[in-house]
Amino acid sequence: MKFRTFSRHLSGSFKSLGRNAWMTFASVSAVTVTLLLVGVFIVIMMNLNKIADNIENDVEIKVIVDLAANDKAIAKLEKEIQETKGIQDLEFSSNEQELSKMIKGFGDELGLYKQDNPLRHAFYLKAADPHQTAEIAKKIETYEYTYEVIYGEGKVEKLFGFLNSGRNVGLGLIIALLFTAMFLISNTIRVTINARRNEIEIMKLVGATNNFVRIPFILEGIWLGILGALLPMILLTVAYFNLYDIIEPKIEGELFKLLEVTPFIYQLNALILGLGIFIGIWGSFMSVRKFLKV
Amino acid sequence: MIVMKDVYKKYSNGVVASNGINIEISRGEFVYVVGPSGAGKSTFIKMMYREETPTSGDIFIDGVNLATLKRRKVPYLRRRIGVVFQDFKLLPKLNVYENVAFALEVIEETPARIRKKVTDVLELVGLAQKARMFPNELSGGEQQRVAIARSIVNVPQLVIADEPTGNLDPETSYEIMNIFERINARGTTIVMATHNKEIVNTMKHRVIAVEGGLIARDELGGAYGYEV
Repeated sequence: MKFRTFSRHLSGSFKSLGRNAWMTFASVSAVTVTLLLVGVFIVIMMNLNKIADNIENDVEIKVIVDLAANDKAIAKLEKEIQETKGIQDLEFSSNEQELSKMIKGFGDELGLYKQDNPLRHAFYLKAADPHQTAEIAKKIETYEYTYEVIYGEGKVEKLFGFLNSGRNVGLGLIIALLFTAMFLISNTIRVTINARRNEIEIMKLVGATNNFVRIPFILEGIWLGILGALLPMILLTVAYFNLYDIIEPKIEGELFKLLEVTPFIYQLNALILGLGIFIGIWGSFMSVRKFLKV
Repeated sequence: MIVMKDVYKKYSNGVVASNGINIEISRGEFVYVVGPSGAGKSTFIKMMYREETPTSGDIFIDGVNLATLKRRKVPYLRRRIGVVFQDFKLLPKLNVYENVAFALEVIEETPARIRKKVTDVLELVGLAQKARMFPNELSGGEQQRVAIARSIVNVPQLVIADEPTGNLDPETSYEIMNIFERINARGTTIVMATHNKEIVNTMKHRVIAVEGGLIARDELGGAYGYEV
């Protein structure tokens, strides 16, 4: 495509937006609403994801060592655990350390037990992939001198299940919204095309290639997508800045954190803009296709 | 130039518009296609610029088989064929010059060549003085001349005309026919579907009569042969 032709298409596509001002307004609004909703969903989902990751990464496996184990046996168990695939952050905690942890947590009255410590030695570790926690725990359970393995059995699986279905529902909603916007854009472009039906017919008769006919409409779809993305980008940026300022101090020191404003907000804006352009292109592509079969 | 071999065309509604047509048209010929309405004239014509494709059989234009021509190659075929319609098909928002130039812009001709070619062709059809006028300011005959100018501005070897005088009075029809004669005299092949008995009978050329999807008659210097 020659530059001259392209610039002609470019100005043509702008003119067409103006000529069909109402349809332009309608589809830009549709894209705006869609992308705003999609953006909100993404903000919520990405943050939930982050929180979920925090929680997931915090799932610890505690291996309680059998009382019968002497130093040699403990060393053997440690070696076995170390060699288990997919584990990380292995730490040994003697029964004294265990007790002082407990005293820290529950208060000095437990100090009585210092004379006769009822606790056992323990190992703490994490699964490199949190989803393998249960599997790893089961494996460690089979080792000699393992007394008990604790990892929040049942609860962990439930949490993971809940997070996963949450993600899927969110993703499903986003896809449904995107389709709606695409459909609306495609309708707008169809009106434009109908108005220019004769022109397309003549173009085809005098030997215009499909791309030549298609490009002005694709460009128009891109503008619709970009225009529709502007407002959501601004609103989401402002909203997230404020949200972060308000919420972050309140959850300071908690287990989870919100996603940092940067780079998240840049990524979000790029994604929204990209989605706008994509649905614009796809929408116009769908409606032009029908007219190119002449 | 044009060869049709056993061309059969059946539409999805069951109508058979072409029932085994065999024909050959040489370069530089002027051919009338006549026949009653619904006889298959339009399909016959449309298949030549691949608006329609045959259900079976082959159509060759300059050795290119339209029956098997890939869709993306069609634009390049059309650039070598000029098409003129009964209803002119001009763009109302463009003036005469722009309507003709449009055909060259679409194929990405350079501005300098567009200027030269459009000016020349408007001279040929006698509309050089009206280049800045819009279609609604022109008579029917003038509009058809613009359409002809557009169809030949790219110097095609073949011009296909579907009832080009159908909307015009007899006098204007002769003017239009004279332009076609001039184009033909330059060596361009012309295939024209028409209902205009007087013209066919006075401006003698080869006549192909299509009836019931078949070639009923094919005569050099033939007559129209139907009552109008």
